[in-house]
Amino acid sequence: MNTFSDDAIKFEKIIPGGWNFSHHLKKGNSLRLTDIEGGVNASALIFNSADFSERYNMADTLKAQYTSYLTKGHVLYSDMGRILLSVIDDTCGWHDTMTACSTPESNKQKYGVKNYQEFRNAYYRDGFTSLLTEVSKYGMSLRDMHSQVNLFTQINVNNEGGLIFKAQNKPGAYIDLQAEMDCLVVLNTCPHPMDTNPIYEPKPLKVTLWESYYEMEENPCFYTREENKRGFTNTINYYK
Amino acid sequence: MSFDKNNAIYKEVVLAGDYWSYVIKAGQTIRIIDSEGNQAADTMFYAATDTNERYSAQDTINHQNNVYLTTGSKLISNVGNTLLTITDDTCGRHDTLGGACSAESNSVRYESEKIHMHNCRDSFMAALRQHNMKLGKKDLNSNINFFMNVPISPDGKSKFADGISEPGKYVQLKAEVDVLCIISNCPQLNNPCNAYNPTPIEINIWN
Repeated sequence: MNTFSDDAIKFEKIIPGGWNFSHHLKKGNSLRLTDIEGGVNASALIFNSADFSERYNMADTLKAQYTSYLTKGHVLYSDMGRILLSVIDDTCGWHDTMTACSTPESNKQKYGVKNYQEFRNAYYRDGFTSLLTEVSKYGMSLRDMHSQVNLFTQINVNNEGGLIFKAQNKPGAYIDLQAEMDCLVVLNTCPHPMDTNPIYEPKPLKVTLWESYYEMEENPCFYTREENKRGFTNTINYYK
Repeated sequence: MSFDKNNAIYKEVVLAGDYWSYVIKAGQTIRIIDSEGNQAADTMFYAATDTNERYSAQDTINHQNNVYLTTGSKLISNVGNTLLTITDDTCGRHDTLGGACSAESNSVRYESEKIHMHNCRDSFMAALRQHNMKLGKKDLNSNINFFMNVPISPDGKSKFADGISEPGKYVQLKAEVDVLCIISNCPQLNNPCNAYNPTPIEINIWN
């Protein structure tokens, strides 16, 4: 378990359920994302801050690490063979990479509709529309909506390829994501569409920005695979 | 209707390492044939009227509640519309998680020097430019790998396995709207997705 002093904390905030957070995370800083109540979903899009055409690549992340999910020791690859984020700690254990976040249609089918006129800020929001709104603030559009990571969501696959949602319900579980490149992290906390809870109850997420500065050799992700050693080398060379 | 090759309105052989782009009209059927077996056909689809709308692997997986594609799979766009439906499949299973190889990912997965090898992403970008010079890398996202076998295990491991395709196996899709289809006939030499020997595919289209 990673520990750090209060001095290392740059800011801390609570993202209510069903809302967005975005931040240009500087290389060497980490986001600790904490599932305060248990059962949160945080859908994430990640871009190189200096060039939004370089972004998280689901396939390259999975292929290089022979995995279908993320936990401590894994890294998130961009489409350019570089590492955007490394998972330096994780007490949750499983973060989904394969499925899409909620959409207007999935919300409607599952929960029905609650509009703003009647329900004010308790109206139903969906992950896709919310993320699209957030990336639009950085000049991006539908074209830039690449594959998402669904943090704190566990989806298993059976032998026939069928999906199985597993509720993790771990209050206090956290993941530490260290930026290996300056990157724009865009998050949304709407419920995952496969969440078995039939009621729209988006959960809050605590975001703690802290200075981690794990060097390559002290980063557990460096040693997990030979592929990651090459990925770290590519990333370091990018800044030379 | 029967799909007789002699009645096809379009027939083309795409050699290993080559790319192909074509607008398939709503209602038309495309058959992709793995002529010699174990050949990955990396494929992306776009709504022809607005290429910002495109195939989404994640939305397709959600919609069918399954990670593999076969007969009956609806290929869902990033805004939730059905672009095409797989209407026939003699192979049995196709991948949509493995993505396309690129120079940069080769440098991670194999050796730094493998960056200088022909790859699907370069072909995809050329295929997009053939349709519209304004399209490029931002327009790519996780694609379909017809005839490729990427099993996901219940404990979350993934791997590239030997193909389950054989010579002459094919997959057939019906376009539900006008779609731009781009294919990179995969040149990858470093893993078993093409049995280390990339070979031609054939394309037939019927009205």
